[in-house]
Amino acid sequence: MATPGSTAMPDPSSEPQAEESPAFRPAAVSPARLFYWSVRRELWENRFLYVVPLIVAAVVLFGFAIGAAHLSHTRLGGRASAHHAALTPLDFAVFALMLTYVILTLIYCLGALHNERSDRGILFWKSLPVSDAITVIAKASIPIVILPMITFVVLVVTQGIMLLAGHVALPDHGAAGAASWVQAPIFPLWAAMLYHLLTVHALYYAPIYGWLLLVSAWARRAPILWATLPVAALLIIEKLVFNSSVFAHMLLSRIGGGPGAIEYPPPANMPIEAPTLANLGAFLASPGLWMGLAVCAVFLAAAVRVRRYQGPL
Amino acid sequence: MSVIEATGLRKVFGTTVALDGIDLRVEPGRILGLIGPNGAGKSTAINAVLGLTPHLGHLRVLGRDPWAARDRLMRDVAFIADVAVLPRWLRVWQALDYVAGVHPRFDRAKAEGFIGRTSIGRNSRVRELSKGMVTQLHLALVMAIDARLLVLDEPTLGLDILFRKQFYDALLNDYFDRNRTILLTTHQVEEIQNVLTDFMFIHRGRIVLSCSMEDFEARYAEVTVHPERLAAARGLRPIQERQVFGRSTLLFEHADRGRLQELGDVRTPSIADVFVAVIGSAGGASQAGGR
Repeated sequence: MATPGSTAMPDPSSEPQAEESPAFRPAAVSPARLFYWSVRRELWENRFLYVVPLIVAAVVLFGFAIGAAHLSHTRLGGRASAHHAALTPLDFAVFALMLTYVILTLIYCLGALHNERSDRGILFWKSLPVSDAITVIAKASIPIVILPMITFVVLVVTQGIMLLAGHVALPDHGAAGAASWVQAPIFPLWAAMLYHLLTVHALYYAPIYGWLLLVSAWARRAPILWATLPVAALLIIEKLVFNSSVFAHMLLSRIGGGPGAIEYPPPANMPIEAPTLANLGAFLASPGLWMGLAVCAVFLAAAVRVRRYQGPL
Repeated sequence: MSVIEATGLRKVFGTTVALDGIDLRVEPGRILGLIGPNGAGKSTAINAVLGLTPHLGHLRVLGRDPWAARDRLMRDVAFIADVAVLPRWLRVWQALDYVAGVHPRFDRAKAEGFIGRTSIGRNSRVRELSKGMVTQLHLALVMAIDARLLVLDEPTLGLDILFRKQFYDALLNDYFDRNRTILLTTHQVEEIQNVLTDFMFIHRGRIVLSCSMEDFEARYAEVTVHPERLAAARGLRPIQERQVFGRSTLLFEHADRGRLQELGDVRTPSIADVFVAVIGSAGGASQAGGR
């Protein structure tokens, strides 16, 4: 600690006799490791990525607990609500967490390459041997890989708790009352959710994330406006000039999620289907998927290039 | 191999010429101060050296083109760009973890040692630290990197004098050695005069004066002249004359020390005084010359 390091030794490799073996001096850090630490720093910086889903799950469970307590006291209420029990607590958890996921991806992507410039931290990140490409890819992996995983895990845990509590606390769950959902097989639902997250949200929406990241790298302020207004302008101009809406249809079909999607919630009183190879085949065979991924790659490459030129705002 | 080698380095922003053909060569083991008024091009030059901005002309840092290979270069170059560029949300342990994770030449134990000497808490966020502590933290991180070139752009801006003194002491005692090179800019010229081995005046994107400290002491002399010798002193063509406490102080360049001794008290001037003299005349000359 207090050793003055200014020993004027000629060779940097024999300088301040380090605590560990001075012989081991790796010249480089593997890209995988750079990527790993870049993702960790995203999670440090954006704790809301996992805190918000947890809060939402807690709120959903709290609501469920109140509803369940109510249900177990008034047995009549059980049958009365059976008619419009299209939305079970399990469905409700799905909707709440999926909506959270979509909102979080938008917030994250628009801030990802903007916040590091507005807080001037970009100069610190750029002072370290991490390339712009690794940084941007790590940021893109958050909406495409990390957040779907977080969402899925939180969803499974939330629904698991609901099922457990349902089995223990809800009376007559064997009957076709309001609590019949407790008996329905859960694994097809989980398989469908995972499939939906990975295909539609991760891969089919990838060009949307790419666009948002590019805007966040480029815009000096209000990235949300830069992300949306040009799109709106394009829609309007196309309508006015060509009286067509090709772009609008493109956007809608993109948001629609492409072929091979699973119907959710399933039609009344039908069980959810687990995704099949046919679903996956239709999805992978759709040109829209691959065109979207190519567009995403172009946007990300542009974001890498833009970040290279950018300094603090 | 030179640490930094530039010829005809240029950078233009729109119609503003930030760097107007700079030639520069920095050898290992030097501490070079870039000194110039605001907007002179110091930060632009530093950004070009760090690969943060594209440039025209030839520039090699440790044998590489910084703009083409910033991430590779950063294994051997460390920099502190300004105070408080550490992200405000970052915790101290996160900074240590991250740099240890991505930097092949980071000695974590050394950084922890430096931090241990301060009152910085391991779990503090940067936003909770005082300005001085942020600089201490950043310096601790940077000094634990076994870099060959350290670049400091106004590292002590906004710090009180105690921290500034500690900053340069730490740099000299715990970091600098013959293999390392430091490039720094600052407004507090007086404080770094004893730190530098070389300095460079930069004005309107050009290098006006480039000088080692040994040369500086031989080249410039400041004389507080006895009133009766004033005419004789002026005859030796001082580059600047000013009044200090009612007595004339003249600044000479390349003057014979022996003759100056006869005129009054001879001292090595401060860089700041020479700066004023040189930049003042350079400004006049370039105005007279037009563009």
